[in-house]
Amino acid sequence: MPENENYREIEITVFRYNPQDKDSTPEYQTYTLTETPGMTLYIALIQIWSKMDHDLSFDFVCRAGICGSCSMVVNGKPRLACKTRTNEFEDGKITLLPLPAFKHIKDLSVDTGNWMNAMSKKLESWIHTQEETDLSRIEKPVDPEVADEVFELDRCIECGICLASCSTKIMRDDFVGAVGLNRTARFSIDPHDQRTDEDFYELIGDENGVFGCMSLMGCEDHCPKNLPLQTKIAYMRRKMVKVK
Amino acid sequence: MLSRGYTTELLTGKDSSKRKSRIPARIDFLQSVSGLVLALFIMFHLVFESSILLGKDAMYMLTKVFEGEPFIQGGEPLIISVLAFIIFAFFVLHAGVAMRKFPSSYKEYRRYTEHKALLNHNDTNLWYVQIMTGFIMFFLGSIHLYIMMTQPENIGPYASSDRVYSDLMWPMYLVLLISVVLHAGIGLYRLIIKWGVFDGKDPKANRQRSRRIAKVLVTAYLLLGLASLGAYMRIGYEHRGEYGQRYVPGSGK
Repeated sequence: MPENENYREIEITVFRYNPQDKDSTPEYQTYTLTETPGMTLYIALIQIWSKMDHDLSFDFVCRAGICGSCSMVVNGKPRLACKTRTNEFEDGKITLLPLPAFKHIKDLSVDTGNWMNAMSKKLESWIHTQEETDLSRIEKPVDPEVADEVFELDRCIECGICLASCSTKIMRDDFVGAVGLNRTARFSIDPHDQRTDEDFYELIGDENGVFGCMSLMGCEDHCPKNLPLQTKIAYMRRKMVKVK
Repeated sequence: MLSRGYTTELLTGKDSSKRKSRIPARIDFLQSVSGLVLALFIMFHLVFESSILLGKDAMYMLTKVFEGEPFIQGGEPLIISVLAFIIFAFFVLHAGVAMRKFPSSYKEYRRYTEHKALLNHNDTNLWYVQIMTGFIMFFLGSIHLYIMMTQPENIGPYASSDRVYSDLMWPMYLVLLISVVLHAGIGLYRLIIKWGVFDGKDPKANRQRSRRIAKVLVTAYLLLGLASLGAYMRIGYEHRGEYGQRYVPGSGK
């Protein structure tokens, strides 16, 4: 019976496995708890962890859809736990899996950080310019529309959901995915960055880059920040295909 | 034998001027262009083929037009052979460059199918239809095109119907029809998305619109193709006793 009879009980089934423990075997564990108003999966997981099972592992930092740490597969769909309400699931049954496409740490916890870091270095995700920055002078103005476009792409929180939703990435581990291609598009648009299309071709002009994308749209359809991923991948593809 | 250019690329992933190969870009573009040409060809092909629905005379007349009868007395079936060869060349080119996207090992295949089942995402599922229909067409498309290249004279209201019914080609044509229409329809939709053709100011809405148009086209072409195949089967069945006889225009026989 629920603790409060106005509230329903929900069942959360979690994939449990610790690859670091030789005795651990992959299994599913179901927890029953009382759903409270406005409950998110993050809140539910904290309840399970604090009241039922202190051994359960999952990642979180901000609880507000900004850090991208709590991404996991919710009833088949990669999502952020902190932005997913339990009352979305009418039957009250929710199955949680760790994100595929990343190194599994334990239970729902995966290592997105090292992958993102390696991708960032591989795609040289920083402003490339010959100009010396003079902090005593006012920056050159940027067209507000261009700035908005750059900021829009900067909203990516590197949650890894685009990669977990991408069949290309699932099949081919070296694919940089939408997060990587979005990043190159961001620097390509930014007027502070002096790199040419030829320079960007050296970063993404192959099957691990923009020509590996098969336009399956998993990235765009699951991105929790609603980024225009496919539009920007198409933008980079058009640019890269013109490089002599 | 040592080819310095290729060996440098083999060892460094770049050419001697430290540039990445431009070939992946060319291949990606070729895949799209060859796919577009084939999809447009199929759209016209199925419409022309459906002339049988307007009667034997209509189909006969159209066949003769393609054989160049307005300029060549009696028509020249070799023109069809040449056309079929050009299409075959595009077909081989497209298959060759598109094949690189197929899962290339059992591991990749398993990971893709398991992920597809988990995600249950529409466009990811559609890609499965595309690789399956593409795989089917490696074989069935080749059979069809080979016949068109080598027996172009056997196209006509009776000749085609005899082939479909009496030569038992209809099961092959049925599977080929479904495969080619699905593959072309999904392929066109994916081309639009891939290159951002109709992104406009609201890419999400335009994607849905492209999707709806692709669905309508696939349905319409499937119905048209099935109706034409049915007509060829009916004529072939009625003509089974006179197998091999050619149609005489205007006779209705």
